[in-house]
Amino acid sequence: MTSRNKWIQLGLLAVLIAVLPAFFPSGYYYRVGALIFVNALAVIGLVVLIGYAGQISLGHAGFAGIGAYACALTPEHLGLHPGLAVMLGAMLSAVMAALIGKPILRLKGYYLAVATLGFGILVSMVLTNERALTGGPDGMAVADLGLRSLLRDMGWKLSGGEFWYMFSGIILLIGAWIALNLFDSPTGRAMRALHGSEVAAATVGVDVAKLKLRAFVISAVYASVAGSLLALQNQYVTPDVAGFLHSVEMVTMAVLGGVGSVLGASLGAVILTLLPQVLTVFAEYEQLVLGAVMIVVMIFLPQGLLPSIARRLRGTGE
Amino acid sequence: MDALLQFIFSGLTVGAVYALVALGFTIIYNASDVVNFAQGEFVMLGGMITVFAFEAGLPLPLAAVIAVLVTAAIGVALNKLAIEPARGAPVVSLIIITIGASILIRGAAQLVFDKQLHRFPSFSGDDPIAIFGATILPQSLWVIGGAIAVFVGLWLFFTHTLTGKAVLATANNRLAAQLVGINTGWVMTLSFGLSAAIGALAGVLVTPITLVSYDVGVALALKGFAAAMLGGMGNPKGALLGGLLLGLFEALTAGYLSSQYKDAMAFIVILGVLFVMPQGIFGKKTTERV
Repeated sequence: MTSRNKWIQLGLLAVLIAVLPAFFPSGYYYRVGALIFVNALAVIGLVVLIGYAGQISLGHAGFAGIGAYACALTPEHLGLHPGLAVMLGAMLSAVMAALIGKPILRLKGYYLAVATLGFGILVSMVLTNERALTGGPDGMAVADLGLRSLLRDMGWKLSGGEFWYMFSGIILLIGAWIALNLFDSPTGRAMRALHGSEVAAATVGVDVAKLKLRAFVISAVYASVAGSLLALQNQYVTPDVAGFLHSVEMVTMAVLGGVGSVLGASLGAVILTLLPQVLTVFAEYEQLVLGAVMIVVMIFLPQGLLPSIARRLRGTGE
Repeated sequence: MDALLQFIFSGLTVGAVYALVALGFTIIYNASDVVNFAQGEFVMLGGMITVFAFEAGLPLPLAAVIAVLVTAAIGVALNKLAIEPARGAPVVSLIIITIGASILIRGAAQLVFDKQLHRFPSFSGDDPIAIFGATILPQSLWVIGGAIAVFVGLWLFFTHTLTGKAVLATANNRLAAQLVGINTGWVMTLSFGLSAAIGALAGVLVTPITLVSYDVGVALALKGFAAAMLGGMGNPKGALLGGLLLGLFEALTAGYLSSQYKDAMAFIVILGVLFVMPQGIFGKKTTERV
């Protein structure tokens, strides 16, 4: 990817985020938009892990849970500002990822999938069982970020939906920018090399273990920040945020759109976030359709939607 | 001492179910190198279909047979519609496909049946049998006996029948099996049907004790997979031993430490095993060729 390509992708994303509200018929769409951005942020983290470094994780919701509960717990118990809580959560996630990543990333394929899955389940179990601290399965309230009232004091009136749409949109852009820069950097190139062949990468001097760990930590921070944003936006958290299904959802979004590219994976987030919104009309069928989509895409578009579409366009001489 | 024996009984009962799920994983993994995350759904289907056939007025044994057959057919359909078309796909894709299948089956079960908890009567009554100061349910004996019967049956199948040997050959080397005239596509179909049937049987046996609802599959699949890994992925003996060990460990953790965290402890042990001996108890060491 050339650096021009990088700016095209970022520009496209920025324009989309800025222009879309013009077509929103109601405030509800801002909420859905913000939700999409938060999911896309987590999914970009997985692009680094799965797409660049070629490692899978079925436990990333665990990090989202850490981020989300950091925002819920630290303002209440330590009196920290929620903004600081986001960073604290991200740091905690990074440390956790570094600690568990070291032994776990020695594993491959299914073993790695299940080991990470085990981690995610442990996190959600702690969040569910430690009622005294986390409110158990019912969840707990999250303090207001306070940024919106600050903006209002400065004379900029935004509805909650508008504020979270813009705020998560900006964070998403920052996240995409970092991931795209990483792609082009020596670290990113080395990661992609080990994706191709670990042995080949090792023979040309790539420190495979260190790079895998770095990708794991980076993606954990993305998931954690996304979890924090989700908690702040909803002003409420439940252990579901760390649940197995959420992990699966994240990986599916990434793979659905195309795990090799930031823009593609974001498309996956758009589709899988919108789908349940559309399907609420017939909520009964939601799981059925979700499962079918996962299977069909994997069989017919194994590279993901965006790369497959791009290839088809190029193939027909567009 | 009585308490310990009691924990061992309950551990062996759940352990036998995990072992059956793990056996299902093993059979499919051997034939196709696919880890089927929808394995837990087969257990759920076995229980659910039996419940509804029984409530529709069929005698229990007939309802159970129908449940096993229908589930086996669903297993075959899963292979034909989702696994075979994705032949050669990377592991991540296969993981997503089978997870997608499990979500799809769960969604369908929720539509066709309902979201309630169900059970049907135990096969030979609910009077607990007293043994050395502890008690065991007759149904638990059915579960443990069922697991042993399935294991012995599979062993005979793999060692004494030509079809069984064809499955082993395919597991060992797919290309070589094809070269000596084994229809490996058919072996895969057979494996999916067989492991779905075993899963369904587990569901039929255990439903009177643990009850069944449309969403019990996820936890069972995870435990079954953990058991298979503990014993050594792809090894039937390992699946049996891994399942029983995991069940015992869970029951002892629940009894002596914390019932809330019994599932957590199971995972911690699995992670520990993975780090110390990634191939599991019976797994063979493989070297990756490049």
